[in-house]
Amino acid sequence: MLTVIAQALGAKGAPEGSQSQTTGPCSPRDTWHESSRALYALAPGHLTQRLRRSAILAFIALYFFSLFFSPVIKAKEAQPNEDPQIEQRMKALTQQVRCLVCQNETLADSRAELAEDLRKQIREQMKAGKSDQEILAFLTQRYGDFVLYNPPVKVTTYLLWFGPFGLLIGGTVVLYLFLKHRRELIKDKPLTADEHKRAENILRGEMG
Amino acid sequence: MNRLLLIPLILFLGLAAVLMVQLRSGRDPHEIPSPFINKPAPAFRLKQLQDPTRTFATEEMRGKVWLLNFWGTWCPACREEHPLLVQFAKTGAVPIYGVDYKYGADDKDERASAIQFLGEEGNPYTVTVYDPESRLSIDYGVYGAPETFLIDRDGIIRYKQIGPITEEVWKKEILPRVEKLKR
Repeated sequence: MLTVIAQALGAKGAPEGSQSQTTGPCSPRDTWHESSRALYALAPGHLTQRLRRSAILAFIALYFFSLFFSPVIKAKEAQPNEDPQIEQRMKALTQQVRCLVCQNETLADSRAELAEDLRKQIREQMKAGKSDQEILAFLTQRYGDFVLYNPPVKVTTYLLWFGPFGLLIGGTVVLYLFLKHRRELIKDKPLTADEHKRAENILRGEMG
Repeated sequence: MNRLLLIPLILFLGLAAVLMVQLRSGRDPHEIPSPFINKPAPAFRLKQLQDPTRTFATEEMRGKVWLLNFWGTWCPACREEHPLLVQFAKTGAVPIYGVDYKYGADDKDERASAIQFLGEEGNPYTVTVYDPESRLSIDYGVYGAPETFLIDRDGIIRYKQIGPITEEVWKKEILPRVEKLKR
């Protein structure tokens, strides 16, 4: 967003336009890097250090300010006369589902057009009385399990769900056996009579 | 005992090998494999794009091997793919049918744009249908245009191409499968 402002104000050296085109409706992932480059382009070298610093601070403030207000800007879909119960169900359900276009966002947050259409269809299905389970099944039937943020516990995902615990338990067992073996290795063997005598001689020699 | 300590190293090397193969394979990690492969293509009957008084239905295609291409005039990759599709259609290897759709229920505009586009840039499609409110594209699990499905004689989806069909994809993925399915 800041890059747009910077470019609009005629700053040169802003990040490549083609990059922002491909992200399109999706929220940027590497936002700080892009924004800081834009900021430096905006505060040219001939301004004094102080002015530059306050310009940067002003833009940082503006950035967070706009972030604060963005949920309001996004919430244009729900009409005032919508059923609040359905909207609540919608929110809960769509936050469990991944947007397929912007794969780092939930279906609830994504501004992609496919997401809007999907939300529309899900609302219709809820009004028609479909259960959450049925709607999730509708989505996975068409887009696969990837669309769910919680992968189902199937035979193919046993490794994903139980693998870490398996590794933890396995590792603990190996550690226990290793330590037990090592304890035996470092156990003191009592000295033989010969070695005892030699040790005494050495000690007496040193002290004498 | 010393040899047992190599096990974590071997496991790590195995994991690294798996990850390396995937990294180098050049596959797009954003691609979502279609759950429809080897499953029946969702049946539909929709109005044709140029002549809304006529319809086209999947049942008409029983016994034929065909391609179903989802596209829109708003999609730059579709425009890129278009000339190649015109070329492929001319070879007559496999008929291509089109579904024109647009998210956001911008129906009238998209319909008009599409008719104009096909008029100007050539029409590779035996028939194009219009998909109102993108319902059909959602039913087929389309999440980004263009996407193309290869459907066999029994109406089963055998291959899905996500993104434009290139010369390479045509030669390596589509033509061999078409040959096999026609036998």
